Amino acid sequence: MTTATVTEKTQPKDFASDQEVRWCPGCGDYAILKSVQRALAELGVRKENTVFVSGIGCAARFPYYMSTYGFHTIHGRAAPIATGVKLANPELDVWVMTGDGDSLSIGGNHTLHALRRNVDLQIVLFNNEIYGLTKGQYSPTSRQGTRSPSTPHGSVESPVTPATFALGAGARFVARSVDREQHHLVETLKRARTHKGASFVEIFQNCVVFNDGTFDRFTAKDVATDMQLYVEHGKPLVFGRDGNCGLHMKPGCLEIEVATVGEKGVTLDDILVHDETNRNLATLLASLDTPEFPVALGVLYCNPAPTYAEAVHAQAEALGAGTVPSDLRELLRQGQTWTVKK
Amino acid sequence: MTPDNGGRATTLRGKLPREVRDAVVIRFAGDSGDGMQFTGSQFTQETAMVGNDLATFPDYPAEIRAPAGTTFGVSAFQIHFGITDINTVGDELDVLVAMNPAALKVNVDDLRVGGTIIVDAGAFTKRNLTKAGLDANPLEDGSLAPFQVVSLDIGRMTQEAVKDLGLSAKEALRSRNMWTLGLTLWMYDRDRQVTIDWLKQKFANRPEIAEANIAALNAGHAFGETAEMPNYAVGYSIVESDVKSGLHRTATGTQTLAWGLVAGARAAGLNLMLGSYPITPASGLLHALAGLKQYGVITFQAEDEIAAICAAIGASYAGSLGVTSSSGPGIALKGEAIGLAVATELPLVIVNAQRAGPSTGMPTKTEQADLFQAVYGRNGDAPLPVLAAATSTDCFDVAIEAVRLATQYMTPVMILTDGYLSNAAEPWRIPDVDEIPTFHVQFRTDPDGFQPFLRDPEKLARPWAVPGTPGLEHRIGGLERDYDTGHISYDPENHERMTQVRAAKVAGIANGIPEQVVTMGGETGSLVVVGWGSTYGPIRQAVKQAREEGRQVSHLHLRYLNPFPRNLGDLLRGFEHVLVPEMNTGQLATMLRSTYLVPAVALPKVSGKPFKVREVDQGIRSIIGEPK
Repeated sequence: MTTATVTEKTQPKDFASDQEVRWCPGCGDYAILKSVQRALAELGVRKENTVFVSGIGCAARFPYYMSTYGFHTIHGRAAPIATGVKLANPELDVWVMTGDGDSLSIGGNHTLHALRRNVDLQIVLFNNEIYGLTKGQYSPTSRQGTRSPSTPHGSVESPVTPATFALGAGARFVARSVDREQHHLVETLKRARTHKGASFVEIFQNCVVFNDGTFDRFTAKDVATDMQLYVEHGKPLVFGRDGNCGLHMKPGCLEIEVATVGEKGVTLDDILVHDETNRNLATLLASLDTPEFPVALGVLYCNPAPTYAEAVHAQAEALGAGTVPSDLRELLRQGQTWTVKK
Repeated sequence: MTPDNGGRATTLRGKLPREVRDAVVIRFAGDSGDGMQFTGSQFTQETAMVGNDLATFPDYPAEIRAPAGTTFGVSAFQIHFGITDINTVGDELDVLVAMNPAALKVNVDDLRVGGTIIVDAGAFTKRNLTKAGLDANPLEDGSLAPFQVVSLDIGRMTQEAVKDLGLSAKEALRSRNMWTLGLTLWMYDRDRQVTIDWLKQKFANRPEIAEANIAALNAGHAFGETAEMPNYAVGYSIVESDVKSGLHRTATGTQTLAWGLVAGARAAGLNLMLGSYPITPASGLLHALAGLKQYGVITFQAEDEIAAICAAIGASYAGSLGVTSSSGPGIALKGEAIGLAVATELPLVIVNAQRAGPSTGMPTKTEQADLFQAVYGRNGDAPLPVLAAATSTDCFDVAIEAVRLATQYMTPVMILTDGYLSNAAEPWRIPDVDEIPTFHVQFRTDPDGFQPFLRDPEKLARPWAVPGTPGLEHRIGGLERDYDTGHISYDPENHERMTQVRAAKVAGIANGIPEQVVTMGGETGSLVVVGWGSTYGPIRQAVKQAREEGRQVSHLHLRYLNPFPRNLGDLLRGFEHVLVPEMNTGQLATMLRSTYLVPAVALPKVSGKPFKVREVDQGIRSIIGEPK
């Protein structure tokens, strides 16, 4: 009864496939799976129009656990495959489920181009700062000094910050959430789904086996309120257990500092107000990190622009595609021809 | 010059009668900036309009603007035209047009003894001679004695022709190629109207440039009419060809391939999505299809070769015909994704316009060395059908056939062309579009009993169920899947069964394609010359000559390289010897030996140039000896 989905309210479980979920017990991916299923149910999307595309890695198993259409592809290439799906049928709702190795190492090039083209996809990055499926090597988002089988003496590389990379690539929607913050994650995913164009969502996802607690510096219960800044459009950028810490623009330079409302004459008016259409502000927010700053979560940037598939199809339609069936005979006879008579 | 030559009429034009000849080979050669490709293609157009059969070979350097006057900056365009069955671009030149010393130096060895050289003497300055690495001026040192030299100051005469148009000296000299074209059109009694119309259209916004070019063209032509040209500088008259009746045009392999893919997609009832990345000599297909949006074509210039094929796979998954095109190095990059298409059993057309390798090799030179890559070049057992086009215009039919196999058998299909076929033009009898067979795709819509990898018992093809279809939601991927349910499976017996069924599906295509026919000659004999791809012309010509000498030689040209036609083994066993001329070191020969245990002998050529008839002829003689 496929028509039933239109009238009955869909439940998160309606989006679960019959396949046994095989992530490690305690993996943050379970919470993400639940949140995606909840977000889709709350949005009331149609299963048959929803496609999950993934590359390779732990996160890439995601499509098998969804009851929608799904394509588990090859390492790093989910974004171009999803681009092809969207170009062929712009009506489909296409999600790219990817990890930090998949989308920022082997597939870094594709992430850059999907974002700059503004293909209408939800690109959901499960960032656990490690290679899980290949058993624990450091990844492009691993902190400097990360000890792993391939870096026994610690990684000497500087990590990439996914959100600043996405903004640099020209993304029009960049958001962040945490695997276990289900309410926030569901709302963030719904915003991403509603946004037209490429939406980039970075989820800080804990790998219990190879990188357990790597985000504790801002996700552990005792520090979370002091080290997490939930941004909301039009609201002051405040955080802290007393809600009185805020971000303040240093006079005379493009830098942010933490100020405490009520101290040294600082009032709420001195605190920056979040404007999610401001790319410069988003870039500043994306680069904040502990211990000096809290980590910014929520929709850092949202500023829609025409999408790629729309533009491609608009150009084709302007040329007459889909209106009058063009005559193949005419095509073959274009240019100089001659007739041989016998 | 005989007034009556085998019943064929000689024509009179100007003051001199022309000798009637069956065929002529001309090469226009000059610096990259001299417009030789344009000159050659206009000569081709005018020749085609007369109704001659022809073959062309554009040969240009990889450098876009190599230093002017150097040997590596020489660009050439060869045309072979005549009255009957022109299969090759010609082994030897009858006429060489050389616009500078470098062009003469690089090309003169290909001119037959007694052939004609037309040079722009004004370009033979000390400076240009030095740039070409010549110590002495070949126009003066007697080295051209075996040839007939027509030495003209073309630059000066061009400047004279356009002097009233107010162009700078440099701009005026740019029309040198049109002056030369005008002269050669006169030599072969060809019209100028197509070129004049084209110039007017091309330079519509700069009428003074159009006028200068037309003035130069007319001046070159008038020079032929009025000057006291030596007899040997008068061309030959080529009367109308023995070509089939109907509407004709000239077309390159790139053009017919693009049109064939569009026709194939229409026959399947699908839109076409090309994912591609610029690479020589395949980019032409991207350009050609990018101009056909009104025909249900979307082109996607991807960020790299991998993204290009992945987007095509995504499009096929979503119900379009995914196509990707590249050349050898790009196909290597696509390898993993081709495996994904094999594993997920999605239709896909992959075009490889081969070029000389390995690695970057010689991008603008032709070769056929990617056959193994096409048939075997993936991880795992990953079979797919491979087709090759024999001539520029054969690309049209091969493209349609590739679309048919891809959609009917749910498989990626590789089309092999090469640099020569992509760029070479030949006359083409435009097919009647109503005669193109249709093979409309039926997407699966019925959820009852649906499993994504349950097969049609005859073709072993799985159903094509596209996203957007209610009730058919399913997951596919590169992990091995269960034969019945399509779910991930690591079961050892299942993997064995799936590997075998994928192989059986591709092997079974042999039952869905025509039996191999002998292209020329009998079905048994002492020698069969087996070819594939662009070696068609020289093999055909060499076999024809051998047969005229009474030898029992046949020509067999393969379109299907995987799977081979079902009767191929029996055919090959009907001959004592099997000779395989290939522009590689013997790849098809190896495949034939391993598949059929026949004593196939390779005749390799890997110089970046097409075979000459003489070379195939020598190969034939090396096996069956001289005629008794």
